[in-house]
Amino acid sequence: MSTTEESIQAPAQATPVTKGGAVAAYIDDRLASASFTKRLLDKVFPDHWSFMLGEIALYSFIILLLSGTYLTLWFNPSMTEIIYNGSYVPLKGVKMSEAYSSTLAISFDVRGGLLMRQIHHWAALFFVAAVSVHLLRVFFTGAFRKPREINWVIGTLLLVLALLEGFAGYSLPDDLLSGTGLRIAEGIIQAIPLVGTYVAMFLFGGEFPGTDFMPRLYSIHILLIPGILLGLITVHLIMVFYQKHTQFPGPGRTESNVVGFRLFPIYMAKAGGFFFVVFGITVLIAALVTINPVWMYGPYTPSQVTAGSQPDWYIGWLDGAVRLTPNWETNILGHTLSWNILIPALIVPGIMFTALGLYPWIEAWATGDKREHHLLDRPRNAPTRTALGVMSLVFYMILVISGGNDIIAVAFNLSINQITWGFRFLLFVAPPLAFVVTKRICLGLQRSDNNKLLHGYETGRILRLPSGEFLEIHEPIGEAERAKLLAKADVIPLELPSAVDGNGVRNPKAAKSIARAKLSQWFYSDVIPTPTDEELREAAHHAEHELHQAQSHLKEIESH
Amino acid sequence: MALNRRHPAALFAVLVVGLGTTGAAYAAVSAQTAPKAAVNTETQVEQGKQLFLEGCSSCHGLAAQGASDGPSLIGVGSAAVDFQVSTGRMPLAAPGVQAMPKTPSYNEAETAALAAFVATLAPGPAIPTEEMLNSSDAEVALGGELFRTNCAQCHGATAVGGALSQGRVAPSLMGSDAKTIYEAMVSGPQSMPVFSNSTLSIEDKQGIIRYIEELQKNESPGGFSLGRLGPVTEGLFIFIAGLGALIVAAVWIGAKAK
Repeated sequence: MSTTEESIQAPAQATPVTKGGAVAAYIDDRLASASFTKRLLDKVFPDHWSFMLGEIALYSFIILLLSGTYLTLWFNPSMTEIIYNGSYVPLKGVKMSEAYSSTLAISFDVRGGLLMRQIHHWAALFFVAAVSVHLLRVFFTGAFRKPREINWVIGTLLLVLALLEGFAGYSLPDDLLSGTGLRIAEGIIQAIPLVGTYVAMFLFGGEFPGTDFMPRLYSIHILLIPGILLGLITVHLIMVFYQKHTQFPGPGRTESNVVGFRLFPIYMAKAGGFFFVVFGITVLIAALVTINPVWMYGPYTPSQVTAGSQPDWYIGWLDGAVRLTPNWETNILGHTLSWNILIPALIVPGIMFTALGLYPWIEAWATGDKREHHLLDRPRNAPTRTALGVMSLVFYMILVISGGNDIIAVAFNLSINQITWGFRFLLFVAPPLAFVVTKRICLGLQRSDNNKLLHGYETGRILRLPSGEFLEIHEPIGEAERAKLLAKADVIPLELPSAVDGNGVRNPKAAKSIARAKLSQWFYSDVIPTPTDEELREAAHHAEHELHQAQSHLKEIESH
Repeated sequence: MALNRRHPAALFAVLVVGLGTTGAAYAAVSAQTAPKAAVNTETQVEQGKQLFLEGCSSCHGLAAQGASDGPSLIGVGSAAVDFQVSTGRMPLAAPGVQAMPKTPSYNEAETAALAAFVATLAPGPAIPTEEMLNSSDAEVALGGELFRTNCAQCHGATAVGGALSQGRVAPSLMGSDAKTIYEAMVSGPQSMPVFSNSTLSIEDKQGIIRYIEELQKNESPGGFSLGRLGPVTEGLFIFIAGLGALIVAAVWIGAKAK
């Protein structure tokens, strides 16, 4: 038996009154997009400044696409050697690649070229900075929890791709810094055991630098990675639409609603306006501040290197890791294993990105939490996560700072060797310390929140009673604040299962659940419970009494 | 009563006039003696020897043969002495990993005398003549290539200086004059290697000087240069000024909703 689909019901033909209505009706008759568009435009987004960090990333990406397109009109990724004859005098007559000379041409001979180059480069720094800070916001508020784990992984991929894309762009001008960076990249590839040298030869089309790599890198930079980035960003955004945006706890906000503004008109106006703010500030910076003055670095030749060779900030942590690692090498059967490159440039980043991508599942496994979360955590209410985050951030920051150890040495009159040893030491000592300190601060803040719930906030008004006793007047907190504080969900850590079952027989599956319970207890055991309704009522009663007492004292004083 | 009638600032005024006159008189006298010393070479060497014995021999030895505190100066040439003394590196303010420039302790005539004396000990690189320092015909592009090949790995491609090991530094060249740069190349002070005329010909040196002078013009077509330190200051800038401004804007947009 076949099913017959009812023919699409002809929409009630209401004659549009306005011209705009006529256009809308025309489009809707053909695309049936009205209901979809209406749903889209009515979509509600919560409001918080930190939700706009991702927007900064999106807008800088758009700026990158636009400015990058302009640059492709003039840039020539060829490694063909020519003699420069452009308008920058100090390089006139110097042999260089067409890639470098076309970059110089963009900087000095193309109208608006230098501004476009600087917009493109500053926007790239902005892009990765915004992606990173957005990642921190999502991490510290627990926005990655179920059902958003997949989007977290997409975000992690976007970050990795952004780093690769940025590095590719940094390498294309073929100036002294670019080439030095590529030389290091080649070294990192060569450090891969067994296949490293083959992979390097394959990628570079022979010995470094060769003439093949630059055009290949160019295709990757302007086509492949931006294409993947664009696709992933689209999926990233669709998922935010589809899963709805998370929101901070507050009055009227629950796990099953979203409190905020509709996309149209309020949110569109805000987001649209913010795009122009981002664009404006990027152009302002690009117009006023130099970035990557390639003409000063000269063309790349493998025989030259400059002091103060640094990558852009987002690769700085890798550079720093390489700078910190001692010169360890092992020789096995005539093959050198370069641990000094392998560990800092491949193993450590590999572990870091894997842990980052898997974190939602690690936490869910440790906590046994399978619920959906649409309300965000305040960082203090997840002390172990927050402490882990700060710990990783401190680790990362030490690597970033180590990447500039030579600049620090000169600027502060220090010995680069001592700085390096200091950072090696700090790399292992500071993160655990940061973990403990952060966790203590979080727990302290939780206690202070509980105090506010139970006793109200401190008004700062101190009474001295006739008996000599001092009394600070506490006032109850507002409803909004109260809703925010009460939204904290207490998690009970998993209990340690017994290693033997009821009959005293060893349970072979216990080891795994014991490990899990231990992790859960480590995560949650010292969380401070939110006051119960009973306690709150009692405290309210007590506070009322105290306030009353204080007021009567006040009256007494005034009457004297 | 007479004391009371004197203005309180009178004593101060007398002091200023007195010290000013003495200073001016001394300056006039020493300015007169300077050219004289330069004229008479034999007297100059003699004066240099005297200055050396007073100010340098405690470290470099009475015959400049070197001692535990200072290297031998036999054969270093007048260029080395002129570089070290005229930039204030010598005499050393304090023992350390490296002599740092400061206000010179000797005036021009005294420096010349010291250089003349050390030059008599054994042949060595001499203070360059005006003609040797004339880089107006030098090729700036060639100088740039030589600079990037020979100098940039320590002083940086933008000549702002860089770190060496154990607290030593390759100083910024942004304030160095042609003579100082030339003397540094021929004498190889501190950690710097010697670039003799067989390594870098006089024309090459002139090209390098010309290129450094080009860098010293401090032209920055792209706007503020952020100290020409490269990606480190650029990264700091984007986080502090750039992202800072955008977050302020985001907070503003977020706050307007309430």
